[in-house]
Amino acid sequence: MILAESVTKQYGAAAVVDEVTASIREGTMTTFIGPNGAGKSTLLSMVSRLLKRDGGSVSIDGMPMEHFHDKELAKKLAILKQSNEMNVRLSIYDLVSFGRFPYSRGRLTAEDRRVIDESIAYVELESMQNKYLDELSGGQRQRAFIAMILAQDTDYILLDEPLNNLDMRHSVQIMKVLRSLVDDLGKTVVLVVHDINFASCYSDFILAMKNGKVVKEGRTWEVIHPDHLKEIYDMDFQVQEINNQKICVYFS
Amino acid sequence: MGSKWKIILLILVTLVLSTVFMTIGADGNWEYVLPRRGKMLAAFALTGGAIAYSTVVFQTITGNRILTPNIIGLDSLYLLVQTFIIFVFGSLSFVMTTANVNFVLSSFIMVGFAFLFYKLLFRGEKHQLYFLLLVGFVLGTFFSSLTTFMQVLMDPNEFQTVQNRMFASFQRVETDLLFITGTVFAILTLLGLRYRPYLDVIALGKDHAVNLGVPYDRIVKRLLILVAALISIATALVGPIMFLGLLVANVTYELMRTYEHRVLLPASMLVGMSSLLLGQLVVEHVFTFNTTLSVIINFVGGVYFLWLILKERKS
Repeated sequence: MILAESVTKQYGAAAVVDEVTASIREGTMTTFIGPNGAGKSTLLSMVSRLLKRDGGSVSIDGMPMEHFHDKELAKKLAILKQSNEMNVRLSIYDLVSFGRFPYSRGRLTAEDRRVIDESIAYVELESMQNKYLDELSGGQRQRAFIAMILAQDTDYILLDEPLNNLDMRHSVQIMKVLRSLVDDLGKTVVLVVHDINFASCYSDFILAMKNGKVVKEGRTWEVIHPDHLKEIYDMDFQVQEINNQKICVYFS
Repeated sequence: MGSKWKIILLILVTLVLSTVFMTIGADGNWEYVLPRRGKMLAAFALTGGAIAYSTVVFQTITGNRILTPNIIGLDSLYLLVQTFIIFVFGSLSFVMTTANVNFVLSSFIMVGFAFLFYKLLFRGEKHQLYFLLLVGFVLGTFFSSLTTFMQVLMDPNEFQTVQNRMFASFQRVETDLLFITGTVFAILTLLGLRYRPYLDVIALGKDHAVNLGVPYDRIVKRLLILVAALISIATALVGPIMFLGLLVANVTYELMRTYEHRVLLPASMLVGMSSLLLGQLVVEHVFTFNTTLSVIINFVGGVYFLWLILKERKS
């Protein structure tokens, strides 16, 4: 379990994340939702140690994050940010091998190669594993990065807007992969998503933020409700059940 | 061609250039030629290697292929120190005429400056790398202004001596200094090798590096100090060569076409040494000593730099 207690991030006088307390259960998919500037990404960055907190504490499986050795934490928790511009020209295989860095520090063992092959196969990129990242489409790129995180073989996988700039087909593909990580491999997946219907159809838990605070937290089925959504987004939603999934309609 | 073969080829090129440099036009005067040229050869290897190594590391950290470690103002500081000594004590003073003393003094001041600089700027939590470089750049300009100020007030004869220091010179190098710097470089490079595995990951950017378990802040700080020490000592040894690092690092990337520092670092050091050798041969046999090596290097490097900027802008 990841437990964040009174986590705060301030820029000047403004608190972007204001004493947020949240917990993430193992073996589930939790989605952070909320309007732009609500502090979702900032919270995710603090939970994953990319950003220093101004207050509060984060613990992973009962141990404060600071007590982990850098290398050990990298085997426990992986984070993928939304912009993955690279200065280096890498092939898919090279990129995914970096996922093994916490284990072998660049000297790949047979075991590493097995995990790398598995990870690439998991996101179905075997046929193009020697292609360079700049030759890929947005969806393929995103899958390549997910394969790198998979090769890292962590219990917790955190993703900041993994569906950014992807079309519907690729978004569904990514979400299916993430869902199977939870269902088949028992991973814990946390992600920031802007499309409320993806959150509704795929995640187990939803954490809704607004103005740096958590406004709603709970099972997806409970959170996806017109009243709650209105509170979160300040707009009207219609929620319809289609094939046992709650679909939000908000376009007009 | 595999990286291994490319490295072997580079070693061969370096060896051929070294041999040509050592033997060309010797006319049997081996006793005169060999020690004199051998000294220069060692100086080429040391400075070329040190500058190449530190530039590649620096560019990896900053994720920028058109930056050189000199940006924090080490060149300007070197010139300031030289000008100050001549301004205050005169060109015939003990510090100016004794190369060893000058070397030790200059390198201590530069390493000390770099150390203080990073120490102060890394103290706060918000140390943005580019902020750091910007402060360095401003300090460099400040040093240059002070230097110009003193040079303007200086006796013209004294200024001649300053001017000699403004360009790198490999003939000037003293043999015992080569041993000292050689040892120091070897130690620093070996220390740097401990962080070599991290460099590939650092090249991916800070977020990825932290995610993959690199103690980013600590390692980057140490590497930056290492880079500054190498550059300072190389500059104190021969004088400033602005564009060498830029030229060498980029030629190496083009040649090797890999991200692996295991390959890039040794390759860049070989390219560094070869470029200096080639430059020196051109100076001796094409321009018949009518120009200096640093002019050639800065000219070629400067043109290449402009070309790089134009290329970057297009893509």
